[in-house]
Amino acid sequence: MQNEMQKNMLKYLEAGLRRDGRKKDEWRRISVEKGVSANAEGSARVKIGETEVLVGVKMIVDKPYPDRPDEGTLMVGAELLPMSSPDFETGPPGIWAIEIARVVDRGIRESGALDNKALCIKAGEHVWIISIDIVTINDAGNLLDASALGTLAAIEDTRFPAFDGEAIDYKTKTDKRIKMNKHPISVTVWKIGKHLLVDPTSDEEEAAEARLTVASIEDGKLCAMQKGGEEPLDMKDIQKMVDMALENAAKIRKNL
Amino acid sequence: MAKLLVKERQVVVPGEELAEGMEYLPGFGAYRMDDHVRAKRLGIVNISGRAIKIIPLSGRYNPKTDDAIIGKVIDITLNGWRIDTNSAYTSLLSLKDGTTEYVQKGADLTRYYKIGDYVAVTIVNVTSQKLIDVSAKGPGLGKLSEGRIVRVNASKVPRIIGKGGSMISLIKEATNCRIMVGQNGIIWISGEPKKESIAAQAIGLIEEKAHLSGLTDEISRFLKEKVK
Repeated sequence: MQNEMQKNMLKYLEAGLRRDGRKKDEWRRISVEKGVSANAEGSARVKIGETEVLVGVKMIVDKPYPDRPDEGTLMVGAELLPMSSPDFETGPPGIWAIEIARVVDRGIRESGALDNKALCIKAGEHVWIISIDIVTINDAGNLLDASALGTLAAIEDTRFPAFDGEAIDYKTKTDKRIKMNKHPISVTVWKIGKHLLVDPTSDEEEAAEARLTVASIEDGKLCAMQKGGEEPLDMKDIQKMVDMALENAAKIRKNL
Repeated sequence: MAKLLVKERQVVVPGEELAEGMEYLPGFGAYRMDDHVRAKRLGIVNISGRAIKIIPLSGRYNPKTDDAIIGKVIDITLNGWRIDTNSAYTSLLSLKDGTTEYVQKGADLTRYYKIGDYVAVTIVNVTSQKLIDVSAKGPGLGKLSEGRIVRVNASKVPRIIGKGGSMISLIKEATNCRIMVGQNGIIWISGEPKKESIAAQAIGLIEEKAHLSGLTDEISRFLKEKVK
């Protein structure tokens, strides 16, 4: 059922613009700031308009999984602070927080940007685990893309702490960095009525019927996709959304 | 030995000393502690004679009788609608104040207002227990449809309306939109999409720069530039 807000939004979209005066494929101002936390091994603050997300990377040494004795791993967790939106509550992570974390995780994992073998210290005994924490400071829409962009920036900013074979010395940072050979950028395309748009505000997210997150690397290769929202998408929609996501990913990549 | 410690139109924070000595009197948003007048709220100083008052820059809306506000229907009761007033208290719009039509016993009240609808109402009465009665009878009141809602801080509403409605009519004339400003900081705009968006941006600009002077000129420049 359409409510007054959706009707009003559609009136704008028919006229080819959005409620804040942007075009359908226009982003708000994006800023990426690296190295914002002294205690994290790598960190980044991403602002997209009024949306603000902090991402921190902690490097942990632990035993590898028994079936992959020579590979390190990636762990992503998202926390939606109640401070960042009236809709968020304290307590265990909800569906939205888990989805953000998993979509970000999958985008990076499936792109093959990380060389897991390079994270091995001693096969079967010690490997590096990249633990990523996403914290929302303000939710004014598009947390998904902001988190994904922040995570990428934070991993790039990461410097390994010193490890002597037994314990990690977090006080001493080495010059060793995590090697990333590809940069997977996630762009979420939202569908309101028959209109497709990127970088939604909170209102637009609420009015949207479906969304598709597309992670892609430099050469336009797709790494991961995630569909959300209640309405189904047909083949044509998906094709259009993927094209739009790839186009926009190229724009966003410049901000890294 | 009275001494004024602040200037007219200065921004002060709660607890800040405004004046020394018993000559000056605390007005709205100010209080006396020992022989000092101090600020109770974040706001701009306004000195008139011996009284010092604060024009607040922040804070939630406090319902007052005769205020025209815009509320959101949050519940339908047996004899009316419960309206969210964007303050700490909700209000009740009773059947007799909600519509001029005759309502049959047991009629479906969603015919008039549904949950989630925005309604322009006036506050009829506020009791000491903060039970608020509102009415939708009157010119320009009633259900708001087709437009969009913009929310601002309620303390910025006087700036948005301007002296004698000067600021709001400036926006109305430039954008050709119908605009209704609720005292509780909820604003309804309706017009052509492009113009509506400009009106919303202008209101955002006023909210952002509410504490500065010469705002009317700046807004009229902004509107002239946007509306070509």
